[in-house]
Amino acid sequence: MTRLQAGLAAAVGLLGLLGLVLPLSAETGLLDTPFLTTFAVLCAASLFRFRNPLPVSVDGCLTLAAGLALPMSLTVIDRGSAGFWCLAAAGWLAAWLFVERLTASRRGGRWTALAVPVLFGVTLLVLWEVVTRGLNVPQVLLPPPSAIGARFAASIPILWADFQQTFLKAVLIGYALGCGSAFLVAIAIDRSPFLQRGLLPVGNLISALPIIGIAPIMVMWFGFDWPSKAAVVIVMTFFPMLVNTVAGLAEAGRMERDLMRTYAAGYWQTLVKLRLPAAAPFIFNALKINSTLALIGAIVAEFFGTPIVGMGFRISTEVGRMNVDMVWAEIAVAAVAGSAFFGAVALVERAVTFWHPSNRT
Amino acid sequence: MRSAGSRGADESAEEGVALNTASSRGQPVIRADHLDLTFQTGDGPVHALSDVSLTIGKGDFVSFIGPSGCGKTTLLRVIADLEQPTGGQISVNGVSPEQARLNRAYGYVFQAAGLYPWRTIARNVALPLEIMGYSKAERHERVARTLELVNLTGFENKFPWQLSGGMQQRASIARALAFDADILLMDEPFGALDEIVRDHLNEQLLQLWARTTKTIAFVTHSIPEAVYLSTRIVVMSPRPGRVTDVIESTLPRDRPLDIRETPEFLEIAHRVREGLRAGHSYEDA
Repeated sequence: MTRLQAGLAAAVGLLGLLGLVLPLSAETGLLDTPFLTTFAVLCAASLFRFRNPLPVSVDGCLTLAAGLALPMSLTVIDRGSAGFWCLAAAGWLAAWLFVERLTASRRGGRWTALAVPVLFGVTLLVLWEVVTRGLNVPQVLLPPPSAIGARFAASIPILWADFQQTFLKAVLIGYALGCGSAFLVAIAIDRSPFLQRGLLPVGNLISALPIIGIAPIMVMWFGFDWPSKAAVVIVMTFFPMLVNTVAGLAEAGRMERDLMRTYAAGYWQTLVKLRLPAAAPFIFNALKINSTLALIGAIVAEFFGTPIVGMGFRISTEVGRMNVDMVWAEIAVAAVAGSAFFGAVALVERAVTFWHPSNRT
Repeated sequence: MRSAGSRGADESAEEGVALNTASSRGQPVIRADHLDLTFQTGDGPVHALSDVSLTIGKGDFVSFIGPSGCGKTTLLRVIADLEQPTGGQISVNGVSPEQARLNRAYGYVFQAAGLYPWRTIARNVALPLEIMGYSKAERHERVARTLELVNLTGFENKFPWQLSGGMQQRASIARALAFDADILLMDEPFGALDEIVRDHLNEQLLQLWARTTKTIAFVTHSIPEAVYLSTRIVVMSPRPGRVTDVIESTLPRDRPLDIRETPEFLEIAHRVREGLRAGHSYEDA
């Protein structure tokens, strides 16, 4: 074990001991929470690991025990005291130690690579749950993940309708139109020096427009339904795509262009066979940036007038009703949809620009 | 500088005349007449080529040798219509370089392989064929044939970055050969490769030249390479870039690698070195 790992193991052991000594809560004792007590004993045993580090799987078991025992004890414990928080900290450090040793171990390729971020996320959720419930944090400030999950499960039809309205209509259509038109304009700019001088500054201007200024105007132009939100998304995604494509088209080297010239290749042949492939890393950069920008744009635009459906609409109304768990459920949908969208674009990028030095295997 | 340029011009003009009679074995393919090229840069004009006159006959292997800045690459680029001369006349295959380029009269090999990393070796070699509108079957047949010519059969589906530098350069030569242009322009194609690989590729290039009877213009700054490969060596010197000597090789066409130890070879190499030195002392004086 490294010094950091030894330190973590010692801290887990000490905190486990403290958990056994200090009170868990005002009205419960060690015997009321058998699982948590077992966890505390296991932690305390961790002190002996200076003699014998034990395999990584022991850390895995300890982490699992923490993940089960801490949330389960909250059914009995109403508000945690010093002992409880010592054990919560011990659980956190045990998870840290586990991930630390998992990353350090040389064997295990793909599974370890997948397990580390998953463990990280789960640990965060468990700590969130334990802290909000153990401290009795008011729902309005921060609901525990379990409450958000319950609300999510209970309102799937509403969430699905909002997702359809905001993501499948406004985001995807706006994204496709914004990126597509910027791509075509970039090629037009490339063709004509006049447009280069005239259009690029205009594009710059558009990118500087505040979204909360243009959203209401778009509602007046295109109505309350999704087309006005798609228009906002178009405005937001246009400029990053334009600038990146123009930069990418300048990326092909002089020698590669000269080569095309020696073949007497025309403009379009050079564009398709050399300059666009060379520009692909830039174009995908813009597509990735825009995948998250588009979702933010559509949600914010819905704050300025919409029919009674949509992710942004739901967030703004449920905040007004103090239904913060619904807001969090909507945020969860946005996070998952945004990540999946980004991930899908990144996957296509990997397939198209496999030749780029950053992607070669 | 001005008078130096005109004196060099007289010399090269005389050489040009001498050369026309000497290379009567082939029809003239490239004919340059009092060629001038001045680049306008931020630091003032740079005289890259000054009064270059030269004739290259069909089937010749002509090397251009000289220190950097002597205009040998610029001359090759003028022949390829990648640079425009500011004075003088030049014809390639009896037409202007631009017309020759549009007729796809030459294949050009650059200092670096310049293969497109998103294409396999086979598709890189097929690139000019795609642009020139060859049918799919013919592309396939020509790619296989030219890759065999440069000993790259079996590497069709590799990507350029999976191959060594020497193999990449061979693939770029295959690409220049694929569409059967009569003229091959090569700009220090082996400059970045190590000695052993370079020897090997030189030998292969000679065999290829013997088999295809192409006209080759070859830029190098290696004396042994120039002497080993060429039927004629054009010695150039810088500031302004001009031709100072043209040396006819007396070596036979069939040249094994160990010809480089014969007295005949060493004598030609000596002449080239003298020519290069003369260009330098001229500049220092």
